[in-house]
Amino acid sequence: MAAPALALFGVFAVVPLLGVLVLSFMSWDGLGDPVWTGADNWGRTLSDPVTLNAMRLTAIVTVASWLFQAPVSLLLGVFMAGRQRYRAVLSVLYFLPLLFSAAAAAIAYRALLDPNFGLGAALGIPLLAQDWIGNPDLALWVVLFVIGWCFVPFHSLLYQGGVRQIPASLYEAALLDGAGRVQQFFHITLPQLKYTIITSSTLMIVGSLTYFDLIFVLTGGGPGNATRILPLDMYLAGFRSYDMGRASVIAVILVVVGLGVSLALNRFSGASRMESQMEGV
Amino acid sequence: MSARAARVVRTPRTTPNVIGGLAGWIWLLVIIVPIYYIIVTSLRPEADYYSESSLSWPSRPTLDAYGEVIANDFLLYFGNSVFVTVVSVVVILAVSLMASYVVVRSRRRSAARMFQVFLLGIAIPIQATIVPVYYLIIQLGLYDTLWALILPSIAFAIPLSVLILTNFLRDVPVELFESMRVDGAGEWRTLWSLALPLTRPAVVTVAVYNALQVWNGFLFPLVLTQSAETRVLPLSLWAFQGEFSVNVPAVLAAVVLSVLPILAAYVIGRRQLVSGLTAGFGK
Repeated sequence: MAAPALALFGVFAVVPLLGVLVLSFMSWDGLGDPVWTGADNWGRTLSDPVTLNAMRLTAIVTVASWLFQAPVSLLLGVFMAGRQRYRAVLSVLYFLPLLFSAAAAAIAYRALLDPNFGLGAALGIPLLAQDWIGNPDLALWVVLFVIGWCFVPFHSLLYQGGVRQIPASLYEAALLDGAGRVQQFFHITLPQLKYTIITSSTLMIVGSLTYFDLIFVLTGGGPGNATRILPLDMYLAGFRSYDMGRASVIAVILVVVGLGVSLALNRFSGASRMESQMEGV
Repeated sequence: MSARAARVVRTPRTTPNVIGGLAGWIWLLVIIVPIYYIIVTSLRPEADYYSESSLSWPSRPTLDAYGEVIANDFLLYFGNSVFVTVVSVVVILAVSLMASYVVVRSRRRSAARMFQVFLLGIAIPIQATIVPVYYLIIQLGLYDTLWALILPSIAFAIPLSVLILTNFLRDVPVELFESMRVDGAGEWRTLWSLALPLTRPAVVTVAVYNALQVWNGFLFPLVLTQSAETRVLPLSLWAFQGEFSVNVPAVLAAVVLSVLPILAAYVIGRRQLVSGLTAGFGK
């Protein structure tokens, strides 16, 4: 009975995963037959300034998007967990970005950020009416903001669920001890959310390695190479320059880093996390 | 499941949460302004886009932009997306439920090992395997067909689906399976009339999660299809942007139309959609 699942997963997931390692040692233009070239791709890719820059940008995006999304999601999650009626209404509205595909959000933001006919022009604020996407110094920050717009709703949902599971008795006890709101937050809410924080952070960090569609549609990696993070570098190398060997090297790096980060954070959080998180779904 | 019973009622708060409240209202603006902008712009006549302020309500609201999008084969792309999503989700559910059943019921070591393989599969970034998937699809002669999207989508959805269904199926009391066997039911019958009904909430969660993933998927269609006949919705948005470029209201009307089906699903089954989105990670 497990055969169909194993066959499909094997052929279309495991074989490609091994294939990407093999292809990273081959030269292939996407049309003919791949030819074995040994470590040539690796040497070429790892000394390519474009790829090195992509690594730097990926690191920046990973750290900066975590620094932006994690506190905002946490704060919103705590806020959404409140039982007040207006917060329930707000929670419904917060959910709306999740209805957008990455492509849809990126296209909407391209229009919204237009310096002449977009939001900035409408509000008459010159500071907002910049060429956000065309300016290499700004484009990366725009990308980070739009990523946040798309993904904060998801993570705040995780935090909302986490906060609602904190036993009320903890807060009652703290109240009796005279702890204020801020103290309650730092001494009860935050420690109790430990596993949610780890789960959410893992998803954010591993997700940073896979942001493709959003950036592809929003900036295409540009202007120049200003937003060309590793997944884009991989796509552009493979399907624009038809250098599949180089694309495969980048893919192997992505897999190794992705697996490494998830395993490290998983160990950090305890192996039983998945099981215990499933309770109560 | 069991933890649901332990849900607790929060005590009423004493002082208002100023920081949380402020963040909440600011974030509301961040969410609402772009959505408002998308809607009003999609209702604006193309000519007025350049003359009216972009946040004002259109002086002459019109559905022309929507008409133009629909006249440009939108329904074909929509149909493609529906086909790919429905076929993928049905197959994902069938094969994952069968595999989970084996993981839970089989006492063989191989079943446990298979589960381990699936667990590892969750951490694979799909994007990273696109080059070999492309090679494979060409070799199979499936390039530029909808099956080129369906087969890899199914494969990459299996790990998380099996994980969720297995965790759920483990909570079914062993006695129920035993009594089915005593009654002479075979494995298939047990799967169909015991496992499936009892895991329905998890099946819905898995279905919703995967439907969203497949529906919104962009990279597979971008790389594995080419012609307009096999174009799916997210890719069509990108293509519209290239074709219409100056007709921003039409581009944004296409965005709105692409969101509507999911909005409808959200209105009909909000709980299921939320649990589906946070599948395996929530709570």
